[in-house]
Amino acid sequence: MSAFPVELKGVSTRFGRQWVHKGIDLAVPAGEVVALVGGSGSGKTTLLRQMVGLLTPDEGELRVFGEPLFSGSRQMQLARRRRFGMLFQHGALFSAFNVFDNIAFPLREFGVVDEGLLRDLVLLKLAMVELEPEVARRMPAELSGGMVKRVALARALALEPELLLLDEPTAGLDPDLSAAFVALIRSLHQALGLTVILVTHDLDTLAALATRVAVLSAGRILAFGTLDDIMNVQDPFIERFFHGIRSQAALARGQGAG
Amino acid sequence: MTQSIRPLPAIRIDAGGDGVQVLLSGDWTLRLLCPLPPDIQQQLDLAPSDAGWSLAGVTRLDSFGALLLWRRWGRRRPLQLDLPVALEPVLARAEALPADALPLEPGYRFLDGTAQLGRGVYAIARHVLGFVILVGHIVIGLGGLLRQRERWPLREISANFYKVGVRAMPVTALVGFLIGVVMSYLSALQLRAFGADVFIVNILGLGIIRELGPVLVSVLVAGRSGSAMTAQLGVMRVTEEIDALTAMGISRHVRLVLPKVVALTLAMPLLTLWGSAVAIFGGMVSANLQLDLSFDFFLNALPRAVPAANLVIGLSKGAVFGLLIALVACYFGLRVRPNTESLSANTTASVVASITVVILVDAVFAIATRSFGLPYR
Repeated sequence: MSAFPVELKGVSTRFGRQWVHKGIDLAVPAGEVVALVGGSGSGKTTLLRQMVGLLTPDEGELRVFGEPLFSGSRQMQLARRRRFGMLFQHGALFSAFNVFDNIAFPLREFGVVDEGLLRDLVLLKLAMVELEPEVARRMPAELSGGMVKRVALARALALEPELLLLDEPTAGLDPDLSAAFVALIRSLHQALGLTVILVTHDLDTLAALATRVAVLSAGRILAFGTLDDIMNVQDPFIERFFHGIRSQAALARGQGAG
Repeated sequence: MTQSIRPLPAIRIDAGGDGVQVLLSGDWTLRLLCPLPPDIQQQLDLAPSDAGWSLAGVTRLDSFGALLLWRRWGRRRPLQLDLPVALEPVLARAEALPADALPLEPGYRFLDGTAQLGRGVYAIARHVLGFVILVGHIVIGLGGLLRQRERWPLREISANFYKVGVRAMPVTALVGFLIGVVMSYLSALQLRAFGADVFIVNILGLGIIRELGPVLVSVLVAGRSGSAMTAQLGVMRVTEEIDALTAMGISRHVRLVLPKVVALTLAMPLLTLWGSAVAIFGGMVSANLQLDLSFDFFLNALPRAVPAANLVIGLSKGAVFGLLIALVACYFGLRVRPNTESLSANTTASVVASITVVILVDAVFAIATRSFGLPYR
C-alpha cells in the first residue's frame, strides 16, 4: 500500500464564480484517522466527494492510492474504486432492498456467487457493526437513524476497503448513539488497520476519533497536524472553532473518552 | 499498480512424518481470492480432514479469507492450527458467527397463492375505502372554504391550471391532428368504395367530438399530468414536506389535492375542445386531399351531421374524466411510503388505474346518453 492513500496537490474548485478551494495541498498518511473540519460552506464535503470521484476539481491533482482517480483502463479504475468505502451522511441505503441485500449488493457485484458464503459474509459485517442478525430482514424505512448509519457502515465495509470516507458520521444521532458509533469506528479502525477520512462538525467526534486534523478555511488548509498541534496554532478561526467554552468542554469529554 | 506487489495467496500440502500439514501463505483477501483461483480450490478440497493447518506464512487475512477457511474447516478449529497472534482477532470474528443465525425463508406453497389472492381482494377493498376517505376529506375541506372565501388556494389552482392545461396543448394538438388524419384516411378508403364520400363528416364529427376526443385527451393527460401529480406528492411524502405542512396545521387536502383536482376538472373540457378541434382539422385536411371535399363544404355539413348535444356530452365527459384522473393521481400520491420502490409502484398504479377508470366511466356515459344527440335513429 502506498504511504499516502489520498494526496491532493493544488486542488481548486469553484461553483459558478465563487472559488471554494484555492490550492489545497494535503497528504493523508496510511493508517491515520484524518478529520476535515471547517466552518459551514468551507467545502469539506465537496473535498470528500472529489476524493471518491463524484465531483472533479477544476484545477490541481488528486491521487488515490498513488494514482490519479480516473487513470488507467476501466478495469483498473473499478479495482481502485473498490478499495475505498464511503459512508454517506444520510446512509444512502437502497430503499428498495432490505438490509441483507443492501450489504450483499457490492459483494454480488464483485463476483461472490456462493450464497452460503455470502450469507456468512453479510452476517459477519452486521456483527461487526454490532447489529442483530434479525435486522437483515428489515427494510431501510423500518430502521432508526442510528441503525441506518450502522447498516451503511457495514455496506461501506463489505468489500474490505483500505480507505474509509465518512461524511458527518454522527450528524443526527443523539449523544449516546453518537458516542457508541464513534467507539465502533475506533475499534474497526484498530482491528482492520483502515485509513479513515471524516468530515465532521462535532467536536466530541473529532476529539475521540481523529489522530490528525486538517482545518479548512478560506479555501485553504489552514493547519494539518494532531489535535494538540492545531490547538497551539494562533489563528482567529481556530481560536473561535476550538477555544470557545462549549468547545473546550466537548474536547475534554472526547479526550476523556479516548 | 500498487496492488500487484501484494503476495498472491498460495497453498501447499505437506505430507511429513507427523501427519499432513497444509501450509498457507500470501494475502488471503477478498481482492485476491474472488473469484477463487482453481488451483487453490483444488488444494483446499484435497486437504484431508485431520490435517494440521499452518497460517504462519499468511501476510494478510480479511474476513472473506477467514470465512472461506472457517467454512472449509466445517465451522470449527482444526485440532492442529498454527495461527499468528496478529490474525487471531480476524478468525475470532468468524468464529463468533452463529451457524444458523438467519434461516432461509420458506419457499412458495399452494396456500401462499390462496393467501395472495385474498390479499389482492382486500387490497381492492382498501383502495375503494381509501378513495372514499380522500373524497370525504376534500368535501370537508370544501365545506370549510365555503365559510372562509379568502382561504381559497387560488394561486395554486392557477399554477396547476397552467401546468396541466396550457403546457399540455402542444402534445394534445400533435396527437389529435395525427389521429384525425389517420381516421379520415382509413374511413375515406372504405367510403369511396360505396360512393358515400360525404359521410366522412358524420364519422369524424360524431366519432371525435362525442367519443374519441375526450378519451384520447384523458389518456394523454393521465400519462402526462396524472403521473406527475402522483410523483410530486410521493416525493413530498418521501422528503417529509407533507408532514411539515400537517405540523403547521395546513390541510394537505385543501392545499395540495384540491388545487390539482379543481385545475384538472376545469382544464380538461378546454383541452378536450382543443384536441377535438385539431383532430377534426386534421381529418378535414386529409379529406380535402383524398376525397376533394372542400373546407367550406366540410364546415357547413358539420353542424348538420353533429347535433350540439354531442359537444355538451363530449365536454362534460372531459370534466368528469379530469376530476377522476386528478383524484386517482392524488390518492396514489398520498399512499407513497418513503422508499423508491413504493414511489415507482404507486406512479404506475396511478396511471393504470386512472386510464381504466376513465374507460369504465366512458362506458357508463355511452349507456346513459344513448338517447341524446344521435341524428339518425
